[in-house]
Amino acid sequence: MTDFNHQQTAHCESGAVAALLRHNGLDLSEPMIFGLSSALTYAYIPLVKMGGMPLLAYRMPPGRIIRGLSKRLSIRFHFERFRGPKDGTVALDKYLEKGFPVGLQASVYWLPYFPENMRFHFNAHNLVVYGKDADDYLISDPTFEQPVRADVASLQQARFAKGMLAPKGLTYYPETIIQTPDLTAAIPEAIRSTVNMMLRTPLPFIGVRGIRHVARHIEKLSPANEHYNKLLIGHMVRMQEEIGTGGAGFRFLFASFLQESAHLLSHEGLAQAADQFTDAGDEWRRFALYAAKMLKGRSALDYGKLATQLRNVADIEQQGYRQLLELKLR
Amino acid sequence: MKLDDVPQDKSRSFEGQKKRIYARNADGEYTSALSSGWEAEDIVLDQAIEEYNRFRREARQRVQQGLASPLEYHMYAHRMDVTVLAQATGFFRWQVRRHLKPAVFKRLTPRKMQRHEEAFHMTAEQLRTLPPEDKSQND
Repeated sequence: MTDFNHQQTAHCESGAVAALLRHNGLDLSEPMIFGLSSALTYAYIPLVKMGGMPLLAYRMPPGRIIRGLSKRLSIRFHFERFRGPKDGTVALDKYLEKGFPVGLQASVYWLPYFPENMRFHFNAHNLVVYGKDADDYLISDPTFEQPVRADVASLQQARFAKGMLAPKGLTYYPETIIQTPDLTAAIPEAIRSTVNMMLRTPLPFIGVRGIRHVARHIEKLSPANEHYNKLLIGHMVRMQEEIGTGGAGFRFLFASFLQESAHLLSHEGLAQAADQFTDAGDEWRRFALYAAKMLKGRSALDYGKLATQLRNVADIEQQGYRQLLELKLR
Repeated sequence: MKLDDVPQDKSRSFEGQKKRIYARNADGEYTSALSSGWEAEDIVLDQAIEEYNRFRREARQRVQQGLASPLEYHMYAHRMDVTVLAQATGFFRWQVRRHLKPAVFKRLTPRKMQRHEEAFHMTAEQLRTLPPEDKSQND
């Protein structure tokens, strides 16, 4: 059986990529993978609804981390999708027989090892399968402390769940690995891409403008729809904290990436930017705390206060991105 | 966030699991720590779960009153809504909405029924019946 070194990470996709690369001899930290793929964002898309709630994202759409990293470090990934569930299972078994761990996309809802309250119809979870024992797959799920197991039928159902972001059995692994990638060139490119998106996307609901847009939206919520408003505020906090973000909607992960980069490039400015995004993360956490207290009825429901806190976050982040811009990396 | 501030609120929903959070140590260096949960997160998760449970309870009543087909109960019991079920089965939303009517659901062809069976991983027999109330499931 393949030996696989399981390590828990905050986020599933960066964790699965980190695990596959490490298995192939390239050891990169989760924050480094997250940062290099320019995965940080803020997007509020009311036209796309998930369970009746507007789409709200603190990171780029699923798949971006693998593709972004692949582009930035010239690591080629092999991607495979399947027409039917049976084909997908046969192919997976073949990889495992050869001793190749592979990354899979799957629906959280059908994975038997997930706690009951964490099971939602989210189709873009990532995990690594590294072996098979009788009717069970041996799984390194990056968001769990220990390796886990899933039976053949459940994993097949999870890999072929239909709907938004349907995985269609997506299976992936790195093909070529550069053992010593040139991080000093990749880091400035990755940072510039994130800064551009957060400051210069010409859409009002993306980036720093997006945060202010949502602040305005919250301020204008009609007190008559209190039930919906509370669900919306709860949804915002869940997207920010619950979905494997490493805390504060990936802001701490990003700050950690900046700090690691500061060491690698011996650049004091990057360390200061890391402090700035730690502050931003702390203010996101404060927003979550205010919101939770209001939802629980421990403090009065105050849309204005939440909006003000969001604007506070937007100001700190905007300053952070400008700081990064002024560093003139490269 | 400082390492000491990483919440350890022992969330019931984690079922003993812990998750990884990034925080800074006393020297300001980033590292990661395991968190057993955060109360703020628990509050919003409970809110989302309770919303699904409310739909499930209301669906049970509507089925008992003959206003809805058992499919409506199973849909909410599986944390789906009409959109998600339509995507999972490949039906249009208006078709799923029709299937929620008792008279229509009763007469569903085996082929259409099979699409629901696959989406729910349940037999036609199970889909046609309302399971007994289960207090632990918050019915």
